[in-house]
Amino acid sequence: MSLALHNTRCVFKRELQGYFATPVAYVFLVIYLILAGVFTWYLGGLYEQDQADLTPFFSFQPWLFLALIPALAMRLWAEERHSGTIELLLTLPISPGQAVLGKFLAAWLFVGVALALTVGEWITVAWLGGPDHGVIATSYLGTLLLAGAFLAIGACLSALTRNQVVAFVLSISIGFLFILSGYPAVLEFAEAVLPEFLVGAVQQMSFLTHFNGMVRGVIDARDVVFFLSLIGVFLYANTVIIDSKKAD
Amino acid sequence: MAQKRHALKLPMIEIQQLTKVFDTRPAVDQVTFTVRPGEVLGFLGPNGAGKSTTMKMLTGFLPPTSGGARICGHEVTEDPIAAQRCIGYLPEGAPLYPDMTPASLLQFVSQARSMERAHARQRTDEVVALVGIESVMKQRIDTLSKGFKRRVGLAAAILHDPQVLILDEPTDGLDPNQKEEVRKLIRSMAQDKVIVLSTHILEEVEAVCTRAIIISEGRVLFDGTPAELRARSTTHGAVALHLAGTQADAASKALNGLAEVERVEVLAGDPDEDLVRLRAYGAGEAPLLQPITDLARNKNWDVRHLSVERGSLDEVFRTITTQTGAQK
Repeated sequence: MSLALHNTRCVFKRELQGYFATPVAYVFLVIYLILAGVFTWYLGGLYEQDQADLTPFFSFQPWLFLALIPALAMRLWAEERHSGTIELLLTLPISPGQAVLGKFLAAWLFVGVALALTVGEWITVAWLGGPDHGVIATSYLGTLLLAGAFLAIGACLSALTRNQVVAFVLSISIGFLFILSGYPAVLEFAEAVLPEFLVGAVQQMSFLTHFNGMVRGVIDARDVVFFLSLIGVFLYANTVIIDSKKAD
Repeated sequence: MAQKRHALKLPMIEIQQLTKVFDTRPAVDQVTFTVRPGEVLGFLGPNGAGKSTTMKMLTGFLPPTSGGARICGHEVTEDPIAAQRCIGYLPEGAPLYPDMTPASLLQFVSQARSMERAHARQRTDEVVALVGIESVMKQRIDTLSKGFKRRVGLAAAILHDPQVLILDEPTDGLDPNQKEEVRKLIRSMAQDKVIVLSTHILEEVEAVCTRAIIISEGRVLFDGTPAELRARSTTHGAVALHLAGTQADAASKALNGLAEVERVEVLAGDPDEDLVRLRAYGAGEAPLLQPITDLARNKNWDVRHLSVERGSLDEVFRTITTQTGAQK
């Protein structure tokens, strides 16, 4: 195993242990599962729609993640700065890039676990009728990618401050922009003030544009590439921030 | 063999013109020194003198504004990872992950340092016994006392048996017994290693260090042995003399009559006691004790106390660190 991989895995393991050593993990899982259920069954009206699919469940995921993932990501670096442990971590022979990746992957896996626990909804619709399992599978993939994008943004912004509340508010705001940029109202406004090619760019940056495609059951390489490169860009920025601003 | 011994004595820390400027204020100002194996370097200075900043630059945590440092031959700014492999570091305040246990923290550190599993287990056992944290290995770190936390931090720093050990205030916040334990530990590790520790306890420098550097406002103001530091004291080598049943004036006049004595100071005594306390300062390097004992015998003085003063480190420290302010 290469050293870089070993170091990343080492940070990854410590982070993952950290989630379950504190109430963070359990609170997050419980709240997420309750809210996902509420959104799907009450607000989404899965029962009333008379159709065996999970569209109500998935259509609320971006909004759920918008609030919950910044809460998960805010501590990633802000807490290290606040408690001073960043000095312990970054004076070990581990590069900032490895630390950034290890932390991100642990958080992503954790959200993946939370997502996997919603499999009950899938089983339920499968029992109620004959859903298109292919669509549900691509929807889960899209949701996981969406979570990764929110996490990468949150981790990067968390590196900017030692204050977790600041990190939380920043992440929600930036995440909100990435969701909003696909909305017709926003696009109409953009069309009015921006040249045409920029309007397209704004639309292309929207999480919803790329997410909705996958929820419909279409895996377009462009959507996958969009989310993965967005994750890459924010993790790179995260590394640059940590590397250039280790102290303070 | 001879070659190996020579290689071992190569400097493990070489600092060249190391400078760190925060905004416009230089926190560390062109600091240059080298440290060789076997040396225990005490880093002294008032709060905010630049001790921690220097250490943060040595460990690759803070980039220097200019200048550089080589640890075991590795330039810290160019190859921080290689330098960090040679270093064991206890940051100021010993920050540790509060939700971990000492056992899981040491395991994390051993993995981060790519230690072989068997070796890691053996070293963990050794280090845990050395710093005495066996009883708390399964307790969450945030429930531990300050002394235990500091020792866990120390254990993490020495786990991989580093060639260079950098300890930022290792005994801060410990009780006197714990302080002595940590000092003993540092002394026991001193051979073949380079240890740099910062402190503001002057006695600590004498107790554990072979060399002292005083830094103030980012600049090195003294670099020498603790004994040399003490020798700078104005009272160093002076003779203290307590006499009963003698007049202070007469006694000090008699002492002043000696060629070796430059001046005599009459010290305030306990008013309930009928004692005259005097301190005689030497004129040069000539020993004072012999002529003074001879004089006391001739005068038939009732000598209750006679000693050669070692000098006060506090006084030297104050003189050295306040001089810079006066120069400006």
